[in-house]
Amino acid sequence: MTLGYISRRLFHLVLIMFGVSVLVFLMLRMIPGDPAQLLLGEFANPEELESLRAQLGLNQSLLTQYWIYLRNIIQGDLGNSLRSNAPVAGEIWVRLIATLELSLAAMFIATVVGVAAGVLSAVKQRSFLDYASMFLALVGVSMPIFWLGLMLIYLFSVKYPILPMMGRITLGLEVPEMTGLMVVDSLLAGNGQAFLSAVKHLLLPSFTLATIPMAIVARITRSSMLEVMSKDYVRTARAKGMAESVVVLRHALRNAFLPVVTVLGLNLGLLLGGAVLTETIFSWPGLGRYVVDSLAGRDYAAVQGCILVFAALMAAINLAVDLMYVFLDPRLRVDE
Amino acid sequence: MEPVLQIQGLKTRFATKRGMLTAVDGVSLHVDQGETLGIVGESGCGKSVTALSILQLLPKPLAHIAEGKILFNGQDLVKAKESVIRDIRGNQISMIFQEPMTSLNPVFTVGYQIMEPLKQHRGMKKAQARQEAVQLLELVGIPEPTARIDDYPHQLSGGMRQRVMIAMALACHPAVMIADEPTTALDVTIQAQILELMKKLQQEIGMAILLITHDLGVVAETCHRVMVMYAGKIVESADVGELFTRPAHPYTKGLFDSLPKRGHIGALPTIPGAVPSLLHLPPGCAFQDRCTYADKQCSQVPPWQEVHAKHGVRCWHPLEEGI
Repeated sequence: MTLGYISRRLFHLVLIMFGVSVLVFLMLRMIPGDPAQLLLGEFANPEELESLRAQLGLNQSLLTQYWIYLRNIIQGDLGNSLRSNAPVAGEIWVRLIATLELSLAAMFIATVVGVAAGVLSAVKQRSFLDYASMFLALVGVSMPIFWLGLMLIYLFSVKYPILPMMGRITLGLEVPEMTGLMVVDSLLAGNGQAFLSAVKHLLLPSFTLATIPMAIVARITRSSMLEVMSKDYVRTARAKGMAESVVVLRHALRNAFLPVVTVLGLNLGLLLGGAVLTETIFSWPGLGRYVVDSLAGRDYAAVQGCILVFAALMAAINLAVDLMYVFLDPRLRVDE
Repeated sequence: MEPVLQIQGLKTRFATKRGMLTAVDGVSLHVDQGETLGIVGESGCGKSVTALSILQLLPKPLAHIAEGKILFNGQDLVKAKESVIRDIRGNQISMIFQEPMTSLNPVFTVGYQIMEPLKQHRGMKKAQARQEAVQLLELVGIPEPTARIDDYPHQLSGGMRQRVMIAMALACHPAVMIADEPTTALDVTIQAQILELMKKLQQEIGMAILLITHDLGVVAETCHRVMVMYAGKIVESADVGELFTRPAHPYTKGLFDSLPKRGHIGALPTIPGAVPSLLHLPPGCAFQDRCTYADKQCSQVPPWQEVHAKHGVRCWHPLEEGI
């Protein structure tokens, strides 16, 4: 892989983030009326309004205001939350890690189960297995997340109480924070009990969150595999005397994986920003819930910060997907 | 001499939406060691399906072998287990295909793809297989093989890719190589090089070649014997010299007549009509609707008859005059 390509893409990423920062900055300024009034509500007294205007730099020119704003976010200062008055960056970080843990676990389940189901369906096309897994995929895509989450809680936490229904870890189990990911931290600390608890807490919400991407991945993998399995080079691999498992898993799947990677990337982006329902149902202290709460509380600094973080994540995921392409398909290594 | 590969009464069928279709209908043939047998015919006559049937590479579950025997070293491949066939594929019988552009896997280096059968069938370790792959690339005339071995297929031209396919097919010194239109997708100069290469390697290794083509020029240059297929059946079989001087089947003659000849001006003669659908074959001879010699008798199944020594034809009215 070429460093030139990566550095060019990183430069693009900076440009994108610059554009996003302009949009986010203008967001508050474009809302009709006085932002200070908007922030403090209609019963604020003039002194408070004036002091907030000064604090926000609203009495300065738009360009100066943007410059201050940009300087702050580069230094990692996303402003203070209007609700808690704590720095937004810190609040977002804690929740982002929680969401990341949930999303990555969900993507892991979706990838493993989805790809396996898709490959099996394609190899055993028109068999009972194929119809059954594609039916399940349809159910997975169509099922409302909140309903599925509640049903899983009812089944595994209430009727047969084997899995916890909320939170990230059993209260009282302390894990020293290193990565912020409970599963990883407990493993690093060598705390088996905490690890088991973290995994158990993760199972229901991540499975709930995984259903839709899992179903999409299964369908995409199936159709992509069906296409690839009819290619000449798959026949060549068979003609060489390769075992069927090698033909399917090495020669075909590697080629069929490109569209799957695209879908995985898109879905990871969606999960990071849109796990609101799942986080709410399972009381998972993640970013999705934070955005919704901030919106409801008109916490503009928090919302702005979240938008910036989402945009950066999306851009980073896109970059990762493109690099994955180059890794998977040598024909895309254009710089050589 | 015992033939290396022998096919007896092969029938291969496809299940289509409009019914069962017999793509290969009672084909029998044999190839001897060191011999090149050509199978000629138009698209859809069943020549490729015959080739794919041998190694059971037919598209599943659409196609299946309904009848017949495929004998290799005295073993019937039709009845053999999948694991047995797999040990033969790419090892004792190998195959090259029409499209070098799409027959190599785009995500693996050519070296990796040549090394695969070496590791699989000859139990070679990686370093040894790599060394052997370099030698194979050299054998098939690829310049700078030590550099090219790490190339991906897209970095090579069509002719080079077909050489890689041949190197792969030769890797385990097969007894039989099946070449399904190996030069059709290549331009004429490259075509000549590849045919020359196949001939040279055949003499060195002593393998039998089953060459599938629609190109009579290719047949004339490379084959010892040739069989003409029409609508799933062998309609004529003879040594190359014999067939080119005395074609006995009206279809074969029609093929020769439609070749451009030196000094010819104006439109080339063609065989009127089109190949009949395999689902709606006329009773008797499949060629009767396009044949100028056809009469009532042709609606009966024509017998296989020897018109000369080692020259057989499936026709009620074999031609006598020659060209």
